Amino acid sequence: MAHSADNVAGSRPAGEPLLRVENLVKHFPITQGILFKKKVGAVKAVDGVSFELHRGETLGIVGESGCGKSTLAKLLMRLETPTAGRAMLKGKDIFKVSGSELRRMRRNIQMVMQDPYTSLNPRMTVGDIIGEPYEIHTEVAPKGDRQRRVQELLELVGLNPEHINRYPHQFSGGQRQRIGIARALALKPEIIVCDEPVSALDVSIQAQVINLLEKLQGELDLSYIFIAHDLSVVRHISDRVGVMYLGKMVEVGSDAEIYERPTHPYTQALLSAVPVPDPDARTHRDVIRLVGDVPSPANPPSGCRFRTRCWKAQERCSVEEPLLIRRGVEPHPSACHFAELRQVVA
Amino acid sequence: MTDIHVTSGKAGPTGGSRHLLEVKDLYVEFHTRDGVARVINGVSYHLDPGETLAVLGESGSGKSVTAQAIMGILDMPPAKIPSGQILYKGENLLAMSEEKRRQVRGKEISMIFQDALSALNPVFPVGWQISETLRTRAGMSRKEGLKRVVELMDLVKIPAAKARVRDYPHQFSGGMRQRVMIAMSLAMEPKVLIADEPTTALDVTVQAQIMDLLGDLRRDMNMGLILITHDLGVVADVADRIAVMYAGRIVEHADVRNVYKHPAHPYTEGLLDSIPRLDSKGTELATIKGLPPNLMRPPTGCAFHPRCKYAKAVCTTETPRSLDLGHGRTSACHFAKEMLDGTLR
Repeated sequence: MAHSADNVAGSRPAGEPLLRVENLVKHFPITQGILFKKKVGAVKAVDGVSFELHRGETLGIVGESGCGKSTLAKLLMRLETPTAGRAMLKGKDIFKVSGSELRRMRRNIQMVMQDPYTSLNPRMTVGDIIGEPYEIHTEVAPKGDRQRRVQELLELVGLNPEHINRYPHQFSGGQRQRIGIARALALKPEIIVCDEPVSALDVSIQAQVINLLEKLQGELDLSYIFIAHDLSVVRHISDRVGVMYLGKMVEVGSDAEIYERPTHPYTQALLSAVPVPDPDARTHRDVIRLVGDVPSPANPPSGCRFRTRCWKAQERCSVEEPLLIRRGVEPHPSACHFAELRQVVA
Repeated sequence: MTDIHVTSGKAGPTGGSRHLLEVKDLYVEFHTRDGVARVINGVSYHLDPGETLAVLGESGSGKSVTAQAIMGILDMPPAKIPSGQILYKGENLLAMSEEKRRQVRGKEISMIFQDALSALNPVFPVGWQISETLRTRAGMSRKEGLKRVVELMDLVKIPAAKARVRDYPHQFSGGMRQRVMIAMSLAMEPKVLIADEPTTALDVTVQAQIMDLLGDLRRDMNMGLILITHDLGVVADVADRIAVMYAGRIVEHADVRNVYKHPAHPYTEGLLDSIPRLDSKGTELATIKGLPPNLMRPPTGCAFHPRCKYAKAVCTTETPRSLDLGHGRTSACHFAKEMLDGTLR
C-alpha cells in the first residue's frame, strides 16, 4: 500500500513521543437562567490528564461511564476546546494551530466511532462515505484518483472493492465497522482514536475487527488511542494502559504492570469485577466488591476522588489529592497515597 | 394463541422427574412481508428450582425470542408458534387461555429486561410502578402496596428506600434502575425469573453488584433463574448449566464446567477461542469466519457449516440431531464425539 511508505519515511527516533498530552482539563459549565446565563458550576469531565503516545504504540484507556474517556477522545480530535492544558503533536500544540495548519493537523488524527449503525450516513454510498474526507483535504487525492483509493481502502480493511456503490444498510455490523475504519484511514493518519470500536459487536465479529486493527497497525505503523470499557479487549490490544476515574488518570503502566501488578485500589476493584470465562475461577479469585456508584463529576469528592468507594480511605485521602507518581518498589505511577501491590487476576 | 398443533416428540407425558419449567421442541417463526423467518427451530430446555441456566448466543440466535415465548409476550402476528410445548409445573402454557396465562405471568414466571431506563415509565415514581402489580394483582391498597414496595426496595439493596419511593426513574443511576426492575419482577415472588441481558448496559463494577444480588435472591427465594446473555465471562461466574444457541437451535447444552474445559460443538469452541483474556496477553485472536446466517434463507444441513472449520460433506446436507453425550450433556454436531476425543480435524 502507498500508506506505509509515507509513514515510515516520517519516522522519528525512539524515545520522543508522537503525542504528548499535558495536564488536559475540560470543564463543561452548568448554567442557570435563559436569557442571562449564569454559571453555577462545572462538570469536571476531564481534570488534569497527562500521557504520552509513541509511534506504533497502542495506549488503552479504561474506565467506567462518566470517567471522561470519551471527552478525552473528543478533545484529541479537537471537537471540544479544552479549559486548560495542551497536547503536543510533533512539537506543536494541537489546540493552538489554525487555518491550513489546523487542517493538516486534523489529517493526522482520525477517529473510529463506537456505533457502526449511527456513524455512517444511510443515504450515502460506501464510496462516498470513505471518499468524503478527500472533499475537504483535496491535496491527499486528486479527483480522478479517488475511486481507486477508496477501492484500495476497502480491500485493505477486508471488504470487497466492488461493493463501493452499496449503502450501509446492506452491510452487517462488523462490516460497517470496517467501513468506519477505512474512512479513518483515508487521510493516512498517524494516530487513530478508537472510541469503543468493538463494544457494539457480537463476540465472534469482535475478534475479527480487533485482528484487523492489529494488522493495520503493523502494516501502516499506526498509533492507537484505544478507549474501551472491556478490560480484556484493552489488555489484548494495548502496549500501555491508563485507568481513568472521574476525570483523572489513576494508574498508568504497561499491560503487564496494570493487569498483573496493579497498585491502585480502583484498578484492583475494576479487574476483580470483570467476569473471567473460567468456571473454576469462581472459587479461587480475589473478590473486591465496590459499594455504591460513581459520584457526579459536577461535584467530585475532595482530595482523592475514589475515597468515597475505597476500603482503604483515611483522613488524609479527603484533604490531600494523591498525585500520579511512582510509589514504592513498583516502576509504574499510581495515584494513591496507600498504593500497594495486590494481584487480583489469577 | 389459537393455532397450536402440539407435536408429541419422543418424550411421552412427563413422568416422575417433572421439572419446574420445561421447553419442549419449540418452534417459532416470524411472518414478514419478505417471507418466513424461522427463528426458533426445535428448542428444548428445562429448569429446576434454585438453579441458574444460562442461555448464551449472539444477536439473532433466538435466545430472547425463546424467553418471550415463555412469558407469552411475543407479538402474534407476526410471530407464530407452529409447534412445541412450554410446560410450567407440568401444564402447557401454550394451550392455556390468555386469562389463565395472565395468572402465570409475573406471578409464577417473571422477567427483567436489558435496558432499565426504557423499561421504566418516566412519568411515574418508581414506588408507584413497583406497587402497580401489587395493587392490580394482589389487590393491595395504595398504602399496603407502598409498605411492601419499601420492603422490596430494601431486598434489592436500594439505599434509603423509604425516602426514594417517590423518586422518578431519571433520578436513579443505571445500576439502581436495574435494581428497581428486579424489585418489580420480584413483587409477586415468582418461581422462575428470566433475566434478559440484565447487566449489558452497566459498568463492570455495577455489573458485579447486580449479578451478586441476583445470585443471592435466587438462593434465598429458591427461584429458577434463566440468564440470557452473550457474555461468556458472566456465564462462567454464575451459571450451573449452559445452553448455547445458534440460528434458533441449541447447539450445545451442558454443565458449565464441561463446556469451558471441553466444548463439544465447534461453535462453542470458536466462541471461547475468540474472546480476549484478562489474565494473559495472548497472540492473534482466533476468529469464526463469516457471519451468522440469514434466517429467511438458512444454510442447508447444519446451520453452522459455512463458518465451521471442521465442516465435512455430511454437514452440508444433513441437519445434525441433538446427540446425547451422557451426564445430561448434548451437542448438535455430527462429530461431537470426535470433538470430545480431540480427534476431529
